[in-house]
Amino acid sequence: MASKMALKPGPLLNRYRHFFIGLFVVLLLSFAIVVVVHYLPTGVYERHRKVYQHISLDNLDRVPEVIIAADAPLSEGRNPHCSYYDCFNVYRCGHTGNNKIQVYVYPLRKYVDERDIPVGSKTSREFYFILQTILESKYYTPNPEEACILVPSIDTLNQNRFRVMETSSALASLPYWKDGENHLIFNMVPGGVPDYSTVVELSLGHAIVAGAGFSSWTYRMGFDVSLPVYSPVVTQLTPDTRHRFARPWLVVSSQINLHPEYERGLWHLAQDHSELLLLEACTGANQGNYSMRCRGKEVFQYPHVLQRAKFCLVIRGARLGQPTLLEALATGCVPVMCADSLVMPFQDVLDWKRAAVFVSEDDLGNLMEILTSVSDDRIAELQRQGSWLYEQYLSSVRAITLTTLDILNNRVFPQSARTYQDWNMPSDPMASKSPLFLQLTAPRSQGFTAVVLTYDRVESLFSLIQKLVKAPSLSKVLVVWNNQRKAPPHPSMWPKIGKPLKVIQTKENKLSNRFYPYEEIETEAILTIDDDIVMLTADELEFGYEVWREFPDRIVGFPSRTHVWDNATQQWKYESEWTNQISMVLTGAAFHHKYWSYLYTTSMPGNIKEWVDEHMNCEDIAMNFLVANVTSKAPIKVTPRKKFKCPECTNTEMLSSDLNHMMERSQCIDRFSSIYGSMPLQTVEFRADPVLYKDSFPEKLKRFNDIGSL
Amino acid sequence: MQAKKRYLLVLLSCAFLAYCYFGGYRLKSESARLPYENLPSYVDINEQFYDRDLESSPHLRRTGGTQKWTSNNNNKNKYVNSNQRCRMETCFDFSKCRGEFKVYIYPLSEESETATILTPSPSYQKVLNVIQESRYYTADPSQACLFVLAIDTLDRDTLSTDYVRNVPSRLQKLRLWNEGRNHVIFNLYSGTWPDYAEDNLGFDPGMAILAKASMSVTNFRPGFDVSIPLFHKNHPEKGGEPGFVTTNNFPVSKKYLLAFKGKRYVHGIGSETRNSLYHLHNEKDIVLVTTCRHGKSWKDLKDERCDEDNAEYDRYDYEVLLQNSTFCLVPRGRRLGSFRFLEALHAGCIPVLLSNGWALPFAQVIDWNKAVIWADERLLLQVPDVVRSVNATKVLALRQQTQILWERYFSSIEKIVFTTLEIIRERLPSQPSRDGLVWNSSPGALLTLPQFSDTLRHYPFYLDVLGAEPGNKFTAVIYSQLGGPAASTSPLYRLIRNVARSVYVARIVILWSGEKPPPPRSRWPSLSSSVPLNILQQQQVPYGAGGIAAEQQLPPAANQQQVGRPASSSSISQRFYPHPLIQTAAVLSLDEDCLLTTDEVDFAFAVWKSFPDRIVGYPARSHYWDDAKGSWGYTSKWTNDYSIVLTGAAFYHRYYNFLYTHWLSPLLHKTVEQSQNCEDILMNFLVSHVTHRPPIKVTQRKQYKEQPPGGARSPWNDPDHFIQRQTCLNTFAAVFGYMPLLRSNMRLDPVLFKDPVSNLRKKYRQIELVGS
Repeated sequence: MASKMALKPGPLLNRYRHFFIGLFVVLLLSFAIVVVVHYLPTGVYERHRKVYQHISLDNLDRVPEVIIAADAPLSEGRNPHCSYYDCFNVYRCGHTGNNKIQVYVYPLRKYVDERDIPVGSKTSREFYFILQTILESKYYTPNPEEACILVPSIDTLNQNRFRVMETSSALASLPYWKDGENHLIFNMVPGGVPDYSTVVELSLGHAIVAGAGFSSWTYRMGFDVSLPVYSPVVTQLTPDTRHRFARPWLVVSSQINLHPEYERGLWHLAQDHSELLLLEACTGANQGNYSMRCRGKEVFQYPHVLQRAKFCLVIRGARLGQPTLLEALATGCVPVMCADSLVMPFQDVLDWKRAAVFVSEDDLGNLMEILTSVSDDRIAELQRQGSWLYEQYLSSVRAITLTTLDILNNRVFPQSARTYQDWNMPSDPMASKSPLFLQLTAPRSQGFTAVVLTYDRVESLFSLIQKLVKAPSLSKVLVVWNNQRKAPPHPSMWPKIGKPLKVIQTKENKLSNRFYPYEEIETEAILTIDDDIVMLTADELEFGYEVWREFPDRIVGFPSRTHVWDNATQQWKYESEWTNQISMVLTGAAFHHKYWSYLYTTSMPGNIKEWVDEHMNCEDIAMNFLVANVTSKAPIKVTPRKKFKCPECTNTEMLSSDLNHMMERSQCIDRFSSIYGSMPLQTVEFRADPVLYKDSFPEKLKRFNDIGSL
Repeated sequence: MQAKKRYLLVLLSCAFLAYCYFGGYRLKSESARLPYENLPSYVDINEQFYDRDLESSPHLRRTGGTQKWTSNNNNKNKYVNSNQRCRMETCFDFSKCRGEFKVYIYPLSEESETATILTPSPSYQKVLNVIQESRYYTADPSQACLFVLAIDTLDRDTLSTDYVRNVPSRLQKLRLWNEGRNHVIFNLYSGTWPDYAEDNLGFDPGMAILAKASMSVTNFRPGFDVSIPLFHKNHPEKGGEPGFVTTNNFPVSKKYLLAFKGKRYVHGIGSETRNSLYHLHNEKDIVLVTTCRHGKSWKDLKDERCDEDNAEYDRYDYEVLLQNSTFCLVPRGRRLGSFRFLEALHAGCIPVLLSNGWALPFAQVIDWNKAVIWADERLLLQVPDVVRSVNATKVLALRQQTQILWERYFSSIEKIVFTTLEIIRERLPSQPSRDGLVWNSSPGALLTLPQFSDTLRHYPFYLDVLGAEPGNKFTAVIYSQLGGPAASTSPLYRLIRNVARSVYVARIVILWSGEKPPPPRSRWPSLSSSVPLNILQQQQVPYGAGGIAAEQQLPPAANQQQVGRPASSSSISQRFYPHPLIQTAAVLSLDEDCLLTTDEVDFAFAVWKSFPDRIVGYPARSHYWDDAKGSWGYTSKWTNDYSIVLTGAAFYHRYYNFLYTHWLSPLLHKTVEQSQNCEDILMNFLVSHVTHRPPIKVTQRKQYKEQPPGGARSPWNDPDHFIQRQTCLNTFAAVFGYMPLLRSNMRLDPVLFKDPVSNLRKKYRQIELVGS
């Protein structure tokens, strides 16, 4: 378009001078931006792109050739005693300081011997995906100098497809090879006739092997990474449909490479147990077509037939690792592992006991007894876990590669490593993830800190403080002065109490200030209390603290509320009537652990915190949601109901503003539950009272007797 | 107007250019991405990499086949562990372990026919004791799956006083040695100065499993050996001290961030790490002090830093450092493991490991990432940064986990030995096993018997984590000891009717232990058909009545394997037997003479559902420490707190029946059997031991027990009864090794209990009525 304009005759040029100058400036600027973006970051971007281009297929044919001389030096053989501490050069890692390994990928080369015969066959699609995944991952670096892990771009996935000696020399010829130090070699089909080594037989020196089918003898714990044997046929399965299938067979044996001895054993089992489906390679029309499996004349499509059985046998063939494992997982069939000493995929981090059944090879004869003793609940669990593991870590080459890198990253930066739960347990919104999981009764000696949020009701505040002091376990009073226009009373005006008293002047009048984890709070327990709650007795406070000590992970407080589902409006309703249930405890007078204040301040989901501060309401509902969501536990109400001065109390006249207030709180529940995606609040029907409450027993002898006065 | 158009045009062209530049790849990639489709797969389904094994027998392939083992030539020691390649499949005889998992200990005499009689060191004696008293022990070697030597192999340092000589010849004399198959050898120290070779035990362990401290990942035979922690000579045999952590203060704020105090060796293996610690010592929040002042000739060996280090060393007290530091350094000594590890775990001081290649204790089941920080000896100077980078939430979690692990697996020799045995047991093909969630959370694997169920949903401890519910029904088990008159007004009948009225009851089971036979079926109250009533006589003759239950045999639990010795059938413990009739998670255990209304039952059940791992019941008792007598006291007086809830009327999870019957030591069962008493106290001990929580008392009406007419023979009126219970309390505490009971101050009441509102608004009204 612009060029069209430039073609116009001279006068026009004069007429639109400003326009053309503007155009010129814009063009110049965009050119400058292009130059800057392209070349300024010292070619980092440039190299990145180059690698991408190398891996496109056009260029796969045109990659530079490297000739490997027949007498090219070899690396030393794979050191079977390597451990992370001996063979891994940790000094190469951590240069970037963000607890992330940096992975370099060698540019693609075609390695040929002196007679111009390639050392291996063409790069496979799976290996291409591995490289692509690394390039796209957060771990990738184009700079070999700062790389912690180096990945040769020589396809070593299938040992049948490359010449071992020549490929070893090719590896040794890599510019940063250094006896394989910090190099990562991917392999899925190791060994060959007749030994079938369980690890790829290249001369790898100190290189790390990410391989499938390791036995516990060849796997170097904490150094190698164990992979699954990827099965290309799983892509033929449609994932959505797999739970729809009825599973008429208890167990299916589908492998066609079983040892004759096992075949015989299974055949005998199948004679006695009709629930065992024993498949073989087909003869006749389908001979040699391995996507079909047969039992006698019956023909089954593979791997779809696995969707029809509860358990799928995975037995050692010549090699330990079998692709049947992934095929079983992909079809929702519980794998029955029958390969002694096999190192399971990602065994360092994944707990396969949760997803598979293990039968030792000698025990194959008892297979049916073992499987029939598994309860239906257990089968469902195994299935669920297997499918989940598959989705997370095994479903594609990409997932497998990323998991491999994550595991290596965990090793190099163990302080940020994921834990067992992170790796093995799907996050369930109903599950409790309590950060206070150590079962403790908090010690009485520490006492609690009372945090009083106040604005300007000094008189009420002072009388509250006088009341609080009577509770022997009070260790400190923290007054949060939320009024920016008026300074707190002079220190001399405050009531003289025998406990420390500290006033914090806030910068903004926000409700969330009451839940700020102030450094001044040195106790575990915080009593949040409104400045007008003066009706609690010392016994009640002290008893409340006693109950909190037994439930330090819950909110323990006095006035309670509940939530109910209103069928008419299809919404949650906030309920403050005398009900038999409670699901919230108002933080106008409640104990909670300081950790919850920290969580409220730092990790409140969505915009709940901002919304609360804006509307000056519902901070207590937000806190109840937060704690219930993390712990899946209900709060605890202590002592009988008493008359709290509260706007929503039913006994007072229902003013329209009160009605509004109630409406707003109902809306809060609706809003919060939609932010959480579910209703985390738990309802219970009990409250805590002193052991001898209302018992006919001399009041003097009761430890807490001033309880429940109105 | 014109100008506007023009500038619009410019803008558009700019936008087009920008799109071409930044978004153009999208147009391009269509063609660029396709090529990989043409690449071959790394394996073809028809290619038969699915090779068939040509080895003549798969067994041969498994045990090595025609492969040549590469032997390890590095070791020139006389007694190198020649079975470096042992795995369970190759070096263990599973056929010995078809039945129960039993452990045999060689008698001392067999090994010492000719040699002088050797008494094992106190530590090893403790190991032997705990096995001998455990449910694993068998005196019959033909029943045994695992064998433990009486020869003390804990200390194999030739310079040590506990070193036992002539072990090879002693082993030769053992008839059952069988080259070490199915043997487990406990060892804390191997090798000696100067190289401290890890595999130098001074004898050939053959195919025995090593349960050894300070193992390295390279020598450790995965799935075969067990790495155990190094423990002190005075490590308690049983019970064990609780962890130091009593508060979950947040953020964890201690005076010191990182601390260490210990010897250093100046020269030789493993000395560099400790020798360079002074670089990190800053006297402020990082206190790492070492001394060279140990051994006889330290002055000859000392280097130029020794005097300076010693002075600094004397300024700090080890105990104080442990208590006041968030992290504790655990550097290697001569060997990889050190005492520091257990000490730090005990103190809740998060261990920072500085011991490259150390196979951590029980690492095959314990996820140490949850409790320790790994540092690298090669990156010593980064340790402060690593430690500082751990955020407050993680510190809190790590610290709590140290305590769980300490208390569940390490605090006593009993726990260490049992954990070792359990790890070995789980590897046996015929034995059920537990997953990592069980091992790494409270109450731990030693208290979660996998024989009970194969799914965690059936245990009371993991419902929270799994987001599961304990179920909405309960089974009432009424223990009838008195065999009262079969009148329709009898308390037993009234109780049955009241319980049956609850909508949550799934089944009522009556355990009839009176001498008289139970009344005929027609005399029992008729219940709705949805509530089956089963009457079981103590002699285990089932007696169905009402409902759907007809004559039912009492088969051993269908898919539950029996472990240990179940309590004898005539014992009072029978009331806690895990009858297969009990299918609900909740069990309501009742005495025949207790008075409960339907509301009370329903309310207690509602409470129990919130606390499925605890005992929730009505009448409570407490224990106290009697200073005058120096023993535990028991009181049934009305007190302001309680620690025992009587199982005459209480809800608990049925898993505790299983634990009670199969897990408790035979010694405890014997105590209950002999006194025909205290079974409820024992149940409270058990549950508190497992959960570390007190039981829960719920509100009840005025009366709990019917007054026996004319002072009948209720055991509650017997003065001996009370003394017996006090004795029980002390016996149990001794066997447990500590007092597990915990006190509570509160009782749970219905939300509107005794509130001044109309009774009609209250859900549980009967509770507020007085008496019956």
